[in-house]
Amino acid sequence: MSEYQTVLFSRGLTELTLSFHIIYATIGVGIPLMIMIAQWVGIKKKDDHYILLARRWARGFVITVSVGVVTGTAIGLQLSLLWPHFMQLAGNVIALPLFMETFAFFFEAIFLGIYLYTWDRFKNQKRHLLLLIPVAVGASCSAIFITIVNAFMNAPQGFDIVHGQLVNVNPVKAMFNPAMPTKVSHVLMSAYMTSAFVLASIGAFRLLHGTEHIYHKKALFLTLKLGFIFSIMTALIGDFSGKYLAEYQPEKLAAAEWHFDTERGAPLLVYGVLENGQVKHAIKIPDALSFLAHDSFNSEVTGLDRFPKDDIPPLYIHYLFDSMVTIGILLTILSLGHVIGVLRGWGLIKTKWFRWITVLGGPLSVLAIETGWWLDEVGRQPWILRGILRTKDAATASNHVDTMLWLFAGLYFVLGVGSVVVLKRMFQKNSVEKELQDRAAVKAGAGV
Amino acid sequence: MTMEILGITVLGVFLFGYIIIASIDFGAGFFNAVSTVTGKDHILTKIIQRYLSPVWEVTNVFLVFFFVGMVGFFPKTAYYYGSTLLVPASIAIVLLAIRGAYYAFTTYGGLKHKGYVMLYGLTGLLIPASLSIVLTISEGGFVKIERRGPFLNYWTLFTSPLSWSIVLLSLTAVLYISAVFLTWYAHSAKDESATNLLRKYALIWAGPAILTAAGIIFEMRKHNPIHFNRLLDLWWMFALSIIFFLGTVYLLWKRRSYGIAFSLLIGQFSFAFLAYGVSHYPYLMYPYLTLYDSFTNKAMATALVIAFIAGLCLLVPALYLLLRLFLFNKEYIQGKRNNHA
Repeated sequence: MSEYQTVLFSRGLTELTLSFHIIYATIGVGIPLMIMIAQWVGIKKKDDHYILLARRWARGFVITVSVGVVTGTAIGLQLSLLWPHFMQLAGNVIALPLFMETFAFFFEAIFLGIYLYTWDRFKNQKRHLLLLIPVAVGASCSAIFITIVNAFMNAPQGFDIVHGQLVNVNPVKAMFNPAMPTKVSHVLMSAYMTSAFVLASIGAFRLLHGTEHIYHKKALFLTLKLGFIFSIMTALIGDFSGKYLAEYQPEKLAAAEWHFDTERGAPLLVYGVLENGQVKHAIKIPDALSFLAHDSFNSEVTGLDRFPKDDIPPLYIHYLFDSMVTIGILLTILSLGHVIGVLRGWGLIKTKWFRWITVLGGPLSVLAIETGWWLDEVGRQPWILRGILRTKDAATASNHVDTMLWLFAGLYFVLGVGSVVVLKRMFQKNSVEKELQDRAAVKAGAGV
Repeated sequence: MTMEILGITVLGVFLFGYIIIASIDFGAGFFNAVSTVTGKDHILTKIIQRYLSPVWEVTNVFLVFFFVGMVGFFPKTAYYYGSTLLVPASIAIVLLAIRGAYYAFTTYGGLKHKGYVMLYGLTGLLIPASLSIVLTISEGGFVKIERRGPFLNYWTLFTSPLSWSIVLLSLTAVLYISAVFLTWYAHSAKDESATNLLRKYALIWAGPAILTAAGIIFEMRKHNPIHFNRLLDLWWMFALSIIFFLGTVYLLWKRRSYGIAFSLLIGQFSFAFLAYGVSHYPYLMYPYLTLYDSFTNKAMATALVIAFIAGLCLLVPALYLLLRLFLFNKEYIQGKRNNHA
């Protein structure tokens, strides 16, 4: 294999692993919080439906988390296997959050094991709920630490390179880089948001298929309420992310917005296509990009003309950006509509088509996560460590990367299909109605 | 103690922890598969499932902890081992992934099929075999530095008696460690038929485990004389290790104190592992990489050690809770409680 091919396949394999892992990782970060909220509501309202909701989510969560764990191990090792030059450098400067992530995950794994096996073991249900807090905190901390590493790749700091040698390393300064606040909060909020919409999607699907049980309606209302709150927060932080980019990674913002020439009062281009370097069919909102970037309609936004051709990311990231934002807006409207609909008694939310859109919300939110990560990763190209190390100089020289790509593609196929089949079987075999009856019977029996 | 020694000690503890608990896990899967084939699955399956269910995820974390810590404390290893291990490590990841995920699928998802039991048992042997290649490579002679970086010479690796004896040791050790632990566990669960069967397995694998270990020392004499001589200097550690080994076998034979038998086994492997580690010093990969030239900068090392101590303060109580609720909880072990979600 030529060096060019090795880099290509290394990128392909990393992208494949990340794209697959991020589905399970995102759900893994958000669902513990959702379980916690449901169980808490159940205890507060003394409503068994919410407790059962938490319990069923927890069962499904074990399946997704197991795939998340094993694919997380894969990406962790692949960083060293595919990008040995990068990891050697990164190990010296940004190893601290990577190390802390394993602790956070360790903590989460231990308490998840305990939580799963202690249902109905405590008289006081609040005690059982307490065990879930370390799971949720550990999951979110894992996300925070890993995202810090990604933030560092976008805005490296905390070291100097003198005559090719790394000096003055400051691990804490490297962690608290300028990209960190917006990136970490955006990842967290979007993970909660996605989890809420994925769970809502399941509830809506049930309601479409034969049952009008109040359990599912409660589930739908709870998840869409949470979905709405977290979409607003995601959008808000997304706006801050734009301001971060304008300040620290202007080439990424310019490429994502097809902003070619540096100017004051820059317009925002929405949608459109690029044909021979010409933007066509785009909606042009005057001065909006300037406002998004610097909070003022007349501010100057750096365009792609200020960068050498070799340092500009691929321009197709504009499509990724638009997809992400469009899905985010649609889901915000959807969840707001549902919440108002329930409060005002609108017939709209009971219609088939509205429920189908809610079902679609789950996959769409996952798609938004994917496009968001692609935007982040592709938008950083040609750098693996912005301004320091180019992706093409960081890859392994091994001749077997292509074979490994097929090997892992096979693995993810098996895991993806397996997890979907298992989840489907798990919940179809044991319907909510049947489980509620069983629990009522057990309670009645205990009362006699 | 220098920072380098401190770093490698921390990593060594985690590697040792992984070797022990992963061996129990891998061996359990294998015995489970064997008993299914021979129609004795009713004896073992329950015991094995009950032990594995709450801890399987924790096992994996030990491994992740080890390699993340390695890259943190010794970043150059990412370059040398990362470049050379692509194929063997990828195979190990794929096997670990299938094993981990399908464990969850079958245990929590109710997927029942004989094929998975076989697959699970088989991966339990293939994973240690593929992971053991790391130890083989560290002995030197398999990696060549070329213009584009270090390359692994597969032909030398697959034709070397050393690499095959290390593979053999990894297999026999897995089965031996697992059988001794599970004998104790089954005994605590008051499951007599399982105890007897596992005790038999433990005694069967005791001989091969010690023989293959001796075989490696023999192969080392030809392959890496420096390391061999340093091993001989530490003869007393190996002598202690063998005494512990004899103690375990004696107790198993006499059907007495299985708990102490397992502690002695830990003693046996600790001393052997320590002697191996000390004699390997200062090399991480003969002859290219030592502890000292691959060590990270001072600021990062300090930060990692602080993070490590803080992390331990969180983890040790949590692990204690896990062990108390499941491993050392009589009611749980004896199957009187389940409480699964």
